[in-house]
Amino acid sequence: MRATFKGTPKGSGTGSMQALYAQLLVGLINGSFYALLSLGLAVIFGMLNIINFAHGALYMMGAFVAYFLLNLGGINYWWALLFAPIIVGIFGMILERTMLQWLTGLDHLYGLLLTFGIALIVQGVFQNYFGSSGLPYAIPDQLKGGMNLGFMFLPIYRGWVVVFSLVVCLATWFLIEKTQLGAYLRAATENPTLVRAFGINVPRMITLTYGLGVGLAALAGVLSAPINQVRPLMGADLIIVVFAVVVIGGMGSIMGSIITGFALGVIEGLTKYFYPEASNTVVFVLMVLVLLVKPTGLTGRAA
Amino acid sequence: MKTKSIASLLLTTALTFAVTGVASAQDKTVKIGALSDQSGLYADLGGPGSTLAAQMAVEDSGLAAKGWKIDIISGDHQNKPDIGTAIARQWFDVDKVDIIVDVPNSGVALAVNNVIKEKNGVYINSGAATSDLTNAQCSPNTVHWTYDTYMLAHTTGQALVKAGGDSWFFLTADYAFGAALERDTSAVVTANGGKVIGGVKHPLNTPDFSSFLLQAQASKAKVIGLANAGGDTTNTIKQAAEFGIGKGGQKLAALLLFLTDVKAIGLETAQGLNFTETFYWDMNDQTRAFSKRFGEKMKNGAMPTMVQAGVYAGVRHYLKALEALGGNPHDGVKVVDKMKSMPTEDDLFGKGEIQPNGRTIHSAYLFEVKKPSESKGPWDFYKLVGTVPGDQAFTPLSESKCALLKK
Repeated sequence: MRATFKGTPKGSGTGSMQALYAQLLVGLINGSFYALLSLGLAVIFGMLNIINFAHGALYMMGAFVAYFLLNLGGINYWWALLFAPIIVGIFGMILERTMLQWLTGLDHLYGLLLTFGIALIVQGVFQNYFGSSGLPYAIPDQLKGGMNLGFMFLPIYRGWVVVFSLVVCLATWFLIEKTQLGAYLRAATENPTLVRAFGINVPRMITLTYGLGVGLAALAGVLSAPINQVRPLMGADLIIVVFAVVVIGGMGSIMGSIITGFALGVIEGLTKYFYPEASNTVVFVLMVLVLLVKPTGLTGRAA
Repeated sequence: MKTKSIASLLLTTALTFAVTGVASAQDKTVKIGALSDQSGLYADLGGPGSTLAAQMAVEDSGLAAKGWKIDIISGDHQNKPDIGTAIARQWFDVDKVDIIVDVPNSGVALAVNNVIKEKNGVYINSGAATSDLTNAQCSPNTVHWTYDTYMLAHTTGQALVKAGGDSWFFLTADYAFGAALERDTSAVVTANGGKVIGGVKHPLNTPDFSSFLLQAQASKAKVIGLANAGGDTTNTIKQAAEFGIGKGGQKLAALLLFLTDVKAIGLETAQGLNFTETFYWDMNDQTRAFSKRFGEKMKNGAMPTMVQAGVYAGVRHYLKALEALGGNPHDGVKVVDKMKSMPTEDDLFGKGEIQPNGRTIHSAYLFEVKKPSESKGPWDFYKLVGTVPGDQAFTPLSESKCALLKK
C-alpha cells in the first residue's frame, strides 16, 4: 500500500485529493439508501397522493424481518432480500386496504397524520420488545472483506449496496415510466374513473403500488441491517433526511428522487470531510435554499 | 364564655403547632425522580432499567416496614438539556421531589445540576460521564456515582498508552461529554509521553461513521480513541471492523463501553476489546444474585449495566443517610453532607466513600470482551483483566478544582 496521507487529512496536496475521492465514494454509499427510500416515497406520493410518514418504520421492519428470518428461520441474507420486502409489502397493503384507502380525496394532512401515527405505534411496539440499542446482523460471508482501491479501503459489502440499489432504482423507474403497467398506473392517477371504464381494477392497482413502495423501504432496511444496528429507531433517524431529499428532488418525480438521493449522499459526505459538525444539518440547509428558489423542487412539476 | 372560647382557640393553635412540629421532625415521606433517556440511544444503559434499580433499592432498604412512604416517578429528558431542566423544575416545584437520580448525557446532567443546587434537592448522578460534575462545576447537592471521564482516561487510556499506543486520533461526540472525555484522555496520553495527532467531532446519534473512520484511518495514528457512547460507539466499532481498521494495525480504544453495547455489537465483532467498568453482573455471588432478580423484572431478561447498578447503590446509600437522620429534612445539602460522612457499602460496588467534592470512590475493573467460543450464556461477555483501586482511578482531591474543597 502506498503512503497516501501525510499529517492531518485536512491539509492540501495529493494526499487530501485522494481522501476526497474516498469521501465521495462513501457519500455515494449513503446516497444509495437515500435514493431507495426517497424513490419509494416518490412512487407512493405520485400514485396515491399520500405523504407516507410510516416509511421509516417500514424500513426498520424490513431490517427486523431479515433479523428474524436469519435467527428464527435460518433463512440467510440473500433470501431475506426477497422475502423481507414481500412480507413487509403485504403488511403495507393491509394498511392501505384497512386505513389509507379511506383518505382518498382528502387533504394531504390526513394521510400525513395517519401514517405518522402508524410509525409511532410500530416503533413503540418494537422498542417495547427489543430496547433501543439494537440487534447485531452479520455481513453475509460472500460479501465479507474489502479491497484496496489505492485511495481507500472499500468494504465489498458497501460496494454491493451501491450497485444493487442503483439497479433496483433504475428497474423501478423503467417499470413505471416505460412499461404498459406503468402507463396504466400513471393514467389511473390522472383519471381513475376513465381508466376504470377500460376494465382495469384501479383500487387493486393502488394497493399493489403502495405495496411496491413499502417493499422498496423494506429492501433498503435489509441492505442496511449489516451496516447499522437493527434498531427500532433506525428509520426515525433517517426518515426526516429522506423527506428533505424528496422535497429537494420534487415530490412525485421518480428520476428526480433517485438522482437527488445519490447527490445528497455525496454532498453530505463532503460536509463530513470539510466541516463534520454540520453534517447532520447540511441537507436541511439545502432544502431551505431549494424551496426559496424553486418551491416545486429541482425536478418537480407544478401541483 | 368569651374568655373560654379565646382560651380554647389558643389551646387549639398551640396543639396544632405542636403536632406540625413533631411531624416535620419525623417526616418519613420521600419522593424520588428517575430522570433518564427513556427511548433514545442511551435508554438501554439507563432508562427504564434505572427506574427499576431505584425501585429495587427502595424495596431492599426495608424502610416501608418502618413507616416510610417512598414514591418513585420517572421522566424522559430525550437528551435535551431544556427538557431535562423543565422536568426537574416541575418535579421540585409541583411534585415535591426530594432527589433526582440517573441522568445520563453530560449536557443534560450539567444543566440539571444547576437546577438541583438552586432548589436545594439531592442529585445522585450515575449515568453521566463528565468529570466536571465533581470538579469545576461541583455542587454541595451532588453525588456522582459509578464512573467519570477522568476515571475512563486513567484506566483504559493509560493502559493503552503504556502498551505502546503512543499516537492517538479521536472520534468525539460533539457535546459536553465527548469534549470532557477527549480532554481528560488527551491529558493522560501526553502525560505518558504519547501524542494526539488529530481528531474529528461528529454529531450525537450518527448512523454512519464511514467518513470519520476513513479520516481516522488516514491519520495513521496507532490508537483511534472513541470519545462517544451508546449507539454511537456500537456503530463505530461495527463499521470500523468493516473498513478493516483492526487488521490494519490500528487499535480501537472504546473509552466508554456498556454491557448493552457489547450485546448490540455481538461478540463476533466486539471480541478482544479492552475497556473499563466499575460493575459487572458476574463478579461475585452478591452481584449475581442482584442481577438475577433484576433480569427477572426486565423485558428480554437484560442484566444491569453499571449505570443502573450505580442508581441502585446510590439510592440505597441515600436512604441509609435518611434513616440515620431519623426523618426526611427536605434539605438537600444536609442530606448530602450526611451521605458524605458515612462510608458507602453495598453488594454491587463493595466498600467506598464519598469525597467532599461529591465523587464516590470505588474500584474500577479492566475488562476484555470474550471470544464467542468462551461465552457460556446470553450475557456472558467479559473477562476480568485487572483491578484499579478507587484512589488511583478517580481524580485525587489535590487535582480537583471544586470550590467546595476551599472551605
